[in-house]
Amino acid sequence: MLPPTLSFILRRLLHGIPVVLIVAVGVFVILEAAPGDAVDAYLAQLGGGDASLAADLREQWGLDRSELGRFIAYLTSIVTLDLGRSVAVGGSVVEAILTRLPATLLLMGASIAFSASLGVLLGGIAALRRGGMTDGVLTLGALILNAIPGFWLGLILIVVFVVWLGWFPHAGFGSINGPRDPIGRSLDIAWHLVLPVTTLGLTYMALYLRLMRGAMIETRASTWVRAARARGLPETRIVRRHMARPALLPVVTMLGLQAGTMLGGSVVIETVFAIPGLGSLAYLAVSQRDLPLIAGVVLAGTVLVIIVNILVDLSYARIDPRMTDERLRTGVG
Amino acid sequence: MRHSMSRRRPALAGLTALTLAAAMCVPAGVMAQDEPIQSGGTLVVAADGTSFPANLNPAIATSNGVVYISSKVVEPLAEAGFDGLQPRLATSWEGSDDGLTFTIHLREGVTFSDGQPFTSADVKFSAEEVWSKLQSFGRIVLANLDRVDTPDPLTAVLVFSKPTPASLIENALPVVTAVLPAHVYQGTDFAEAGGDSPLNQQPVGTGPFVFSEVRPGELIRLTKNPTYWGEGEPYLDEVVFQVLPDAASRAAALETGAVQATVFSGVPRLDLQRLDALDGVSITSTGYEGLPYQITLDFNHRNPILGDVDVRRAIRQALDPQLVVDTIFLGQGASVATGPIPSTATDFYTEDKTLYTFDTAAAEAALDAAGFPRGEDGTRFALRLRVAPFFPETVGTGEYVKQALEDVGIAVEIVAADSSAAYQTAVYTDHDFDLSINSPAYRPDPAISTTILFQGGLDAGIPFSNQWGYANPALDQVIADGLTTLDTEARVELYREFQRIIADDLPNISLVDFRFTPAHRDQVRNLGDNPRWAVSNWSNVWLAAE
Repeated sequence: MLPPTLSFILRRLLHGIPVVLIVAVGVFVILEAAPGDAVDAYLAQLGGGDASLAADLREQWGLDRSELGRFIAYLTSIVTLDLGRSVAVGGSVVEAILTRLPATLLLMGASIAFSASLGVLLGGIAALRRGGMTDGVLTLGALILNAIPGFWLGLILIVVFVVWLGWFPHAGFGSINGPRDPIGRSLDIAWHLVLPVTTLGLTYMALYLRLMRGAMIETRASTWVRAARARGLPETRIVRRHMARPALLPVVTMLGLQAGTMLGGSVVIETVFAIPGLGSLAYLAVSQRDLPLIAGVVLAGTVLVIIVNILVDLSYARIDPRMTDERLRTGVG
Repeated sequence: MRHSMSRRRPALAGLTALTLAAAMCVPAGVMAQDEPIQSGGTLVVAADGTSFPANLNPAIATSNGVVYISSKVVEPLAEAGFDGLQPRLATSWEGSDDGLTFTIHLREGVTFSDGQPFTSADVKFSAEEVWSKLQSFGRIVLANLDRVDTPDPLTAVLVFSKPTPASLIENALPVVTAVLPAHVYQGTDFAEAGGDSPLNQQPVGTGPFVFSEVRPGELIRLTKNPTYWGEGEPYLDEVVFQVLPDAASRAAALETGAVQATVFSGVPRLDLQRLDALDGVSITSTGYEGLPYQITLDFNHRNPILGDVDVRRAIRQALDPQLVVDTIFLGQGASVATGPIPSTATDFYTEDKTLYTFDTAAAEAALDAAGFPRGEDGTRFALRLRVAPFFPETVGTGEYVKQALEDVGIAVEIVAADSSAAYQTAVYTDHDFDLSINSPAYRPDPAISTTILFQGGLDAGIPFSNQWGYANPALDQVIADGLTTLDTEARVELYREFQRIIADDLPNISLVDFRFTPAHRDQVRNLGDNPRWAVSNWSNVWLAAE
C-alpha cells in the first residue's frame, strides 16, 4: 500500500495522460491544416534544391508517409518518450528541450513567485484599507499593469533601465563573455532576469491582488475572525493566521491555473528579452514545421503544467489544516 | 629667391593649420585609414532572424542567411571586390579557349584550422562531391563538370564535358566555391545527414575564425584562427552572433553598445533615421552593393486570365513601384526595377527593352480590351495573392498591390502565411496561388540564381525557381545558350536578349530593386569594404576604442 500522498501524485500523473494525448492530437490536426513541411523549411535555408533532393529528404525524415502513418509515428514518439531528432535544431529533441528548460523554469518560477507574493501582499493591504486611497491606487494600478501588453511593458523597461540608466543588460540569458564559475554565472543570470521577471510578474500581478483582496474582505467579515477578536488575540496574529491564511487558498488555486497561461505569456517575453527558453523553441518548431520538436515541446509544457498543479494541490494541505490526507486521496475538498 | 621663400612660409604654415583644423572636425570614422589598427576584442553582431539555420555549411547551403555566419570559417576561392574579384584561396585562374578546362592556381602556405595543408585535393573533393552535387547553384554552374584534375598540390583543373564560359565560373567563384577539407569530410555522412551532421552544424575551413561555441537559439561564437594565412589577421579575437528576436530590442542593444553591428534587415527601416542620429551609431548600405534583392510580383500562368500577356501588362501599368520605394522603403537603398537583372549589375543590365509606366487609365482600357470589363459590382475578376513573409517590405508591398489592383477593378484576397515553409509549399509545390510577392536575391551572374526563375519545364517542389507554369521556348534557348557561350560579349548580349524577352512577355513583374541598410556602431572599422561585405570573411575588421 502506497502512502496516500504518493498514491495521490501517481493518480494525478495518470490523469495527465489523457490531457497530453488530447493536446497532442490537437496540435497535429492544426499543423496538418497549415501548408508546408520540414523539408520545405530546410530547402529554404539551403537557398534551393531540386525535386529529387526534396523527395530523398522526405523519405529520410518519414514525411513521405500518409497522414495516418505520420500521426501514428508522432503519437508513438510521445507515448514511448522516444522523441527522435529535430530537423530545425539539428540534433536530439530531448537534448534541445533540456538545454532550453532551465531558462524557462527560472523565468516562470521567479515570475510566479514575484507576482504572487507581491499580489498577495498588496492585495492584503488593499483589503485592510478597503475603500480608502491606498486601496483605490493599488487596485487601479494593478489593473493598468494587467491591461498593458507584456511586450510593450518590456520594451519600456528596456528603454528606461537599459538605454537611459544602463542598470541592466539589454537581453539574453547571461553575458556573452560572462563569468564561468557557478556563483558568478548564477549572479550574471539573475542580473539578466531582473527585467523579464519584473515584466512578466507585473502583468500577472493584478489577478493575485484582486483575488487576495476579495478573499481577505470575505475572511475579515467571517465569524472566526469575530471570534478571534472576541478572544482578544493581537491584531497582527488575526490578520496573518485568521484572515490571510484562509484567503490564500484561491490564490494558490490560481497559481496552478496560471502556470499554463504564463508559459504562453513567456513566449512573448522570451522574444523581447532574447531568452533561449521553451517559448522560442516552440516558435522555431512551428515555423520550421518540425513535428518531432513540436511533440517534444507540447509534452514538456503539458508535463510542466501538470507538475505545477500537483504541487499546488499538495500545498493546500499545508496551508489549510482542514485538508487532510484523506480528502487528498478521495479528491473531495 | 630666398626672400620670396621666406615670404611664402607664413602662408604655408597658415594652410597647414587650416588643414589640421579641418581634419579635427572630421568624424573619427572617416579617418579610419590613418589610424593604427587595434587588435583584439569581441565583435557582437545581432543575428538576422529569430534562430540559426541548422545546416551552416556554405559549400552546401548558399542562402545569405547561412553564409553571413559561415563565410568567416569556410572561405571561397575568390571574393567580390569593388574593382573585380579579390583572390582568396586561389591566386589566379584562367579558362581555356575551348571552354573545356578552367585552371585554378592555389595560394601557397594555407592550412585548415586543424593544421592540415590546403591543397588541390580539397578543391577536387569540394567541386566533385559537394558543389556540383549538393549545392543548388553549383548544380547549375558546374552542370557539365566532368572531373577535377590535380597536376600538383597547388593547381586544380576543372574539366568540363561541354564548353563552359570562363566568365560564368569567375562570376560564380565568390558564391559557389567555399572549400571544405577533404580529409575531414570524405567518408563521413555529412551529405546525407544535412543539418543533423556536426560537420554541417560547425563546418571546418581555412577561414580567419573557427566555431568555438554554439548555444542554440542564443548565440554562435567564432574565435580567432591562430594559424590563419592572412598576415597579422584576423584582428578580432571573437565574432559573436547573438539572437535578438525582437527588432526593437536589437535597436536598443545597438544604442547601448551591447551589439556593435547588425546585418541585412536587422533594424526596421522606420528606426534607421533615429539610430543614425545617435552618437556613435551610423547606418549604411555600403558593403551591400553586391547583395541586391528585388521585390517581384509573380503570376500563376495556369490561371487562364493571368496566362494572357495583355492582362499581365495591364497589371504592370496599374502598379506604381515608385510609391513602394517612397512609402515602404522610405526611399532608402531602393529604386524602381525594370527587369530581373538589377540596374546595379552594370555588366549585364540593359535599358534597351520595353519599359512600362504607371497609368491606371491605360490599364483599365487594356483590361476592357482583353475581355474583362468591370462587372455589376465594379469588379473584373478576383485573384488570391500570397505574400512571402521574408521581410517587412514584402508584406507591405503585398498590401499595396492589393489596393492598387482594386483601383482598376481586380479584387485581391491576401492569403497570409505564418512561415516561409507555408508560403513555399503553397507556391512552389502546390502552385496554390494566383499572384505572389517574392524577394529573390540577385547573384553576380544571371545564370547562378536568376535564369532558373524563368526556365520552363522544371519539376514541382523546387524552391526559388520557375513554378509559375510559364514556359517560353525562345527564352529557354537563350538561358541554355548562356551556359555554353564562351565569348563574353556574346554572352552579355544573350542576357540582354533575356531581359528584352522578359520585358515584352512579362512572365513576372520586377517591382523594386533594393539593398539592405543595416546599422552599426562607428567603432567597427573596415565595415563595408567590399560589395558583399556581410557574407565575406571579416579578417580585416577591427574595433576602435569608443
